[in-house]
Amino acid sequence: MASEMEIETLPGAGGEHELDLGNLLVAHYRDPVTLSNGTAMSEAERDVEYVEQGRNLVQVLVDRLFNMPSTVDKTGRLVTLPKPSFQLPREKPLPKPRPMTKWEAFAQTKGIKKRKRSKLEFDEGKEEWRRRHGYKRVNDENDIPIIEAKAGDEPGEDPFLKLRESKKERVAKQDKNQLENLKRAAKQGGKGALPSTLQLAATSLAVTGGKQPGQKLSKNDLGDAAGLASTATASIGKFDKKLPGEKPAKKLGKHRKFLPVVDGQGKEKELITNVMKKVLAENDFSGLDVNKAVRAHNVEESGKPSKKVGGKKRAEGAFKKGGSRKGMAPSGKSGKKSSFGGKSGGKAGGKERKSSKR
Amino acid sequence: MLRIVKPKTKRAKRELEKRAPKLEENSKKLLLLHGTKTTASIKQVLSDFYHLRKEGGKAIKYTKKNDAIRPFEGGGETSLEFLSQKTDCSLFAFGSHSKKRPNNLVFGRMFDHHVYDMMEVGIEDFKSIETLGGGRKAAPQAGSKPCFAFVGEKFESDPKFRHFKELIVDFMRGEVVETINLQGLDRVFLCVAVGDKVIFKHCAIRFKKSGTKVPRVELIEAGPCMNMVLRRNREPSTDLRKEAMRLAPKTSKKKVKNVSTDSLAGKVGRMYVPAQEVGDMALTKMKGLKRERRAEAAAKASSLRNKSESGGGDVTMGEAENEFAGSPNKKLKSKGT
Repeated sequence: MASEMEIETLPGAGGEHELDLGNLLVAHYRDPVTLSNGTAMSEAERDVEYVEQGRNLVQVLVDRLFNMPSTVDKTGRLVTLPKPSFQLPREKPLPKPRPMTKWEAFAQTKGIKKRKRSKLEFDEGKEEWRRRHGYKRVNDENDIPIIEAKAGDEPGEDPFLKLRESKKERVAKQDKNQLENLKRAAKQGGKGALPSTLQLAATSLAVTGGKQPGQKLSKNDLGDAAGLASTATASIGKFDKKLPGEKPAKKLGKHRKFLPVVDGQGKEKELITNVMKKVLAENDFSGLDVNKAVRAHNVEESGKPSKKVGGKKRAEGAFKKGGSRKGMAPSGKSGKKSSFGGKSGGKAGGKERKSSKR
Repeated sequence: MLRIVKPKTKRAKRELEKRAPKLEENSKKLLLLHGTKTTASIKQVLSDFYHLRKEGGKAIKYTKKNDAIRPFEGGGETSLEFLSQKTDCSLFAFGSHSKKRPNNLVFGRMFDHHVYDMMEVGIEDFKSIETLGGGRKAAPQAGSKPCFAFVGEKFESDPKFRHFKELIVDFMRGEVVETINLQGLDRVFLCVAVGDKVIFKHCAIRFKKSGTKVPRVELIEAGPCMNMVLRRNREPSTDLRKEAMRLAPKTSKKKVKNVSTDSLAGKVGRMYVPAQEVGDMALTKMKGLKRERRAEAAAKASSLRNKSESGGGDVTMGEAENEFAGSPNKKLKSKGT
């Protein structure tokens, strides 16, 4: 820093001095002779001497500035200053380059280049030049008065609503992409990598409290939250005082149910028989149409779907007593309701599928 | 879950953009703060510094007592850093007074809203702008670019004094400019190193006639003037210093279209002038040019001719009418295009 400065000999005061014209700075690194030679001086005299020292230095600076090439302006003479040589620290770190978005990174690997497109485009329908985006844009969906029906249209479907919804979806997708890109940028480059006007903030769930700005709690959300809060006691809210007009808690959730210790209605018997039936059904093929099942099995093995639509479903339906589709559900949960045969079918079907995968 | 938080108003957005790190930075802002205990003179020092820097909103003075700020102690910077963040100031001056350190002033700088370096000085023999009258007649213009003059061997040899010099320049230099009006050179910060003190004087510059191109300089004390006893200081760590001294990469200047330089005329610009529609221009209509008048005049002339030549008057009249049938506008248009 100091070495970069101009060093000249000062004729009047003796010794060297430094000049930094960019900062209008002049320094003389010698103690003034008049002050250091030990002559007794009063405070006032010393003060005058200090100012005199400064004056000499400023005179040097002014000499240099007034001898520099200048341009004449209405207000006076203008001098172009060199850049400051006395370097001072920055107040903030250098701005980081914006990290690439996912698309930009992809485009770079693929060598896709951005094409410049004109702001205006010709609207065929309106027969005039219009903006490509924004208000009064070309082919604006909001301005379409009539949409012609097509052969494939489902009756009762609102094509305008469809357009609006598709737009909403596109916007939502873009928002999601933006968020993902920002998250990635923040992860890679820290806080400084995000644009200065954007921030990422954690949102809290409605139920756990914490205000979500711009989003009002709906009536249902409030009800849920109140319900959860009222049951968050040792007695699950049983002995709490109810407020006037307070409704019973919503969405209590599933709790454990205990069977009665003494039971006269054969409930215990029913449960046991259910288990037994389940076990027996594993080996019971009485309700199976073997031919159909084999055919279905072959189709699955070969990996070719049958020509008819839903070949797989047909394969499932090969069980005679399957009854409704519900009974055929692979989970087998709904099997409880159906008949014994149906149940066995469901199970067998499940087995069939497993074997076919092998 | 994360979500994007955007400024809700354009104004807020602009404010954030102003505060963002830039390649070419804004000039630094100064934050002036008071400790729990202050004296009249230290308060005056702070308000005088505020007065020197307030032009263009480059200084903010808070008058509340700050008991949480103890700059040289561990954990005493939190509040300072918060205030720096809040006000976007990267310079601070903290005035306090205690038995151990009477009339204490801490100068400090921030880098990325964290304390970069600091220097503590004791104020002695303070003369405010008010008592000195601000060099009333030749009072420096508010916000003008100051000069700096440093006298003394210690500003080169003593690291503490060197540090002080750097701080004073950073605090007072204001904006970095390319050109300066020579008439605008009207103030200087004069620092003389004497013993363990710095004699700090803010003087107004006056130009007197010298008989040559360069005027003779005269200095008038404008205030604030004081003696500063250098106390503790904290220099930045080498890492931080390296980070803060990083220079912006040189950018190649964008080519300016349609502007060239001429050795005679200097800067020459070519600009687009739309076609002038002279034909549709509204002109002042003179009575003499009205069709009836013209016709009359023509008739008169022809009749005069008839008198002198006798005969064929009708025909000439008809010809005259035809001649003036075209509107004057049309004629002009054909000329213009």
